[in-house]
Amino acid sequence: MEILAVLIPISLFLGGIGLAGFFWALKSKQFEDPQGDAARILKTDYDDHPKP
Amino acid sequence: MTLAEGFEGKEYDAGHVSPSACPACAVAPSAERLAQLAAPTQARLMLSLPSAHCAACMSTVENGLEGLPGVLSARVNLTLRRVSVDAESHVTAEDLIPVLAGLGFEAHELDPGLLSATETDRQGRDLLMRLGVAGFAMMNVMLLSVAVWSGASDATRDLFHWISAGIALPTVAFAGQPFFKSAWASLRVGRLGMDVPISLAIILASSISLYETIHSGLHAYFDAAVMLTFFLLAGRYLDHRTRAVARSAAEELAALEVPRALRLRDGEEETVTISALAVGDIVRVRPGGRMPVDGVVTEGSSEVDRSLLTGESLPAQAGPGTQVAAGEINLTGPLLVRVVAAGRDSSLHRMADLVAVAESAKTQYTSLAESASRAYSPLVHVLSFGAFGYWLWATGDLRYAINISAAVLIITCPCALGLAVPAVVTAASGKLFRKGLLIKDGTALERLAEVDCVVFDKTGTLTLGTPTPTNLADLPDAALAVAAGLAAASSHPLAMALAKAASPALITDLREVPGYGVEGLWQGQPVRLGRAEWVGAAPADQTATYLAVAGQTHAVLFADRLRPGVETAVAAMKAAGLRLMLLSGDAEAPVAEMAGRLGISEWASGRLPAEKVASLTRLQDQGHKVLMIGDGLNDTAALALAHVSISPASALDAARTASDIVLLGQDMAPVADALRIAKQSTRRIRENFALSAAYNVIAVPLALVGLATPLLAALAMSVSSITVSLNALRLR
Repeated sequence: MEILAVLIPISLFLGGIGLAGFFWALKSKQFEDPQGDAARILKTDYDDHPKP
Repeated sequence: MTLAEGFEGKEYDAGHVSPSACPACAVAPSAERLAQLAAPTQARLMLSLPSAHCAACMSTVENGLEGLPGVLSARVNLTLRRVSVDAESHVTAEDLIPVLAGLGFEAHELDPGLLSATETDRQGRDLLMRLGVAGFAMMNVMLLSVAVWSGASDATRDLFHWISAGIALPTVAFAGQPFFKSAWASLRVGRLGMDVPISLAIILASSISLYETIHSGLHAYFDAAVMLTFFLLAGRYLDHRTRAVARSAAEELAALEVPRALRLRDGEEETVTISALAVGDIVRVRPGGRMPVDGVVTEGSSEVDRSLLTGESLPAQAGPGTQVAAGEINLTGPLLVRVVAAGRDSSLHRMADLVAVAESAKTQYTSLAESASRAYSPLVHVLSFGAFGYWLWATGDLRYAINISAAVLIITCPCALGLAVPAVVTAASGKLFRKGLLIKDGTALERLAEVDCVVFDKTGTLTLGTPTPTNLADLPDAALAVAAGLAAASSHPLAMALAKAASPALITDLREVPGYGVEGLWQGQPVRLGRAEWVGAAPADQTATYLAVAGQTHAVLFADRLRPGVETAVAAMKAAGLRLMLLSGDAEAPVAEMAGRLGISEWASGRLPAEKVASLTRLQDQGHKVLMIGDGLNDTAALALAHVSISPASALDAARTASDIVLLGQDMAPVADALRIAKQSTRRIRENFALSAAYNVIAVPLALVGLATPLLAALAMSVSSITVSLNALRLR
């Protein structure tokens, strides 16, 4: 059972990273246009080279 | 929307949803705000794109706009159906709209000053953040709870409970705030909203679990408290999302009209806001401009289009001495108008009073969610306190009695109920938004489902308000070419339609005589296009312009073009057995013709705004639930009075504000879909209520007799929430 002392903090830490990532995405306005972003990935405009 | 009342409702309803709060705002919501704005100098333009729907649309629009000189960048937001354009300051929306039209997209200009306020949806992000925190906590606490349920005991169980407490308590304190605030607000005014039992359940679950943990008890409900918060926040967020999209789009529509006027003072022309005008001022109204005030023409001659005010489809002659009213459109020549009534006394304002009266006459609608929560909240509290009292009396054990009553509250807590309505409304309004219909009010769908009678306006609603020539084939080719050549010189709507219809002949010495027509020389002969008496022709009894060429006169007849999709929509409504009526302010002949064409047997012409209201009142007194579809100022009061109302995006600000649903595109066909989807979604809402009630019927007796465990509570909660969400998604 000693392994719990390691695993629980690890699971909380990993979850915390996920939460921090979510906050970052939220702050950088990545949820403003979900429908558009879903469609944007289908565009072929910059398939060959990155956007200048 | 019960769930949103208090906390959210107050903030939104202050905007466009309730015209009765401020009659002036109902007629010109943007006027006051624009009065504070200087002339726009920003280089960022916003356009609404109601027809954009796919990746290809985004590429077409963005590449098409970025290829224009002066445009720096363009980005489409597909969720809100708008494009924001960064451009040099000389680029205006008028330059972009034709380009977009050429690419096949309908576009409307929006006021960027107004949109900056809606772009950052603070409250939405706030809810989403709380939702994220609750989700994170729910997953971790559930992990620990599953370990406890599957047999962790003694010190391990206590450790897990303590860790759960460490995660759950701060989460509940942070993520539960929207419910606590709203519950407190409703308690303070002495009401028992749905948020009161929610908050009570969350707080009671957390504190009883903490107590049990301290005393190393068997059961802790931390997972239930967090899960409750998560699911209810999800419902709250969906609800907010629907409102936010509707609200920002509605505000965008409000930004379409810019209430400014050109005032003449000491021979100098200056641009002022309408609110700055006083009686006696002289304003110049250019051709194509809208009358900013009520007044009398002092100089110039022209024709005015009164269709938005009265529904008349024929323009009226205007010269010195003619009375004009705010909202009329000047067609041909520049006019100088002396202001006789501005602000509160203008006809716009009188219309607003009519709207206010109609609003107050409208019966208060109780939404399904409201009636459900009204029955639900007292029942839950009675059950919970009853259980507490019984077990305290039966066992004398206070801790056990509190545990039981907390379990009852947790299990009956309206997780599914909180999702039942928002999930369906979100699914339905998303579906309708993609079809080009904007639902401004959450209960509009429920009301739409009850409709049994549809009242149409004609001009601008069933028709597009743009005339098209009908008898071009009867004209000799040479005459047609001359007519087109003459028409090209005028901005009169009839002339513009005619110029587009044929290739023009070469006409020299073109001259527009405001209020009469255009004349010029064709192959050395004088030719004229315009009013019958000026041209020397016998007037026809319908909308027409007249051509004099080579000693002969020809009449070019016009008819208003039917809005696309009207026939489909009307046929579908008839098939659904709805009673259809056509109430128009226009003359008898065109109304009768339109009614015959669509097969609407009940129609009336020449209706004044007050008469439309009277007709609607009569229908509603007979027990009909009326859907009013109209666009003009003359319809505004009727729109406000009707059980539910729809107006096209081209309608006046006031009409859109008064209506519950806005038709974003030109096509009328989605209205028929809306009726079908509304019926379906009301059915789904009722099914969802039945589903969550069924779960409670099974789980509540178990909780009452003290058999409920945290596992049972978690199961009942998650399964019922998932079932109602899936049921909402069944909407077709």
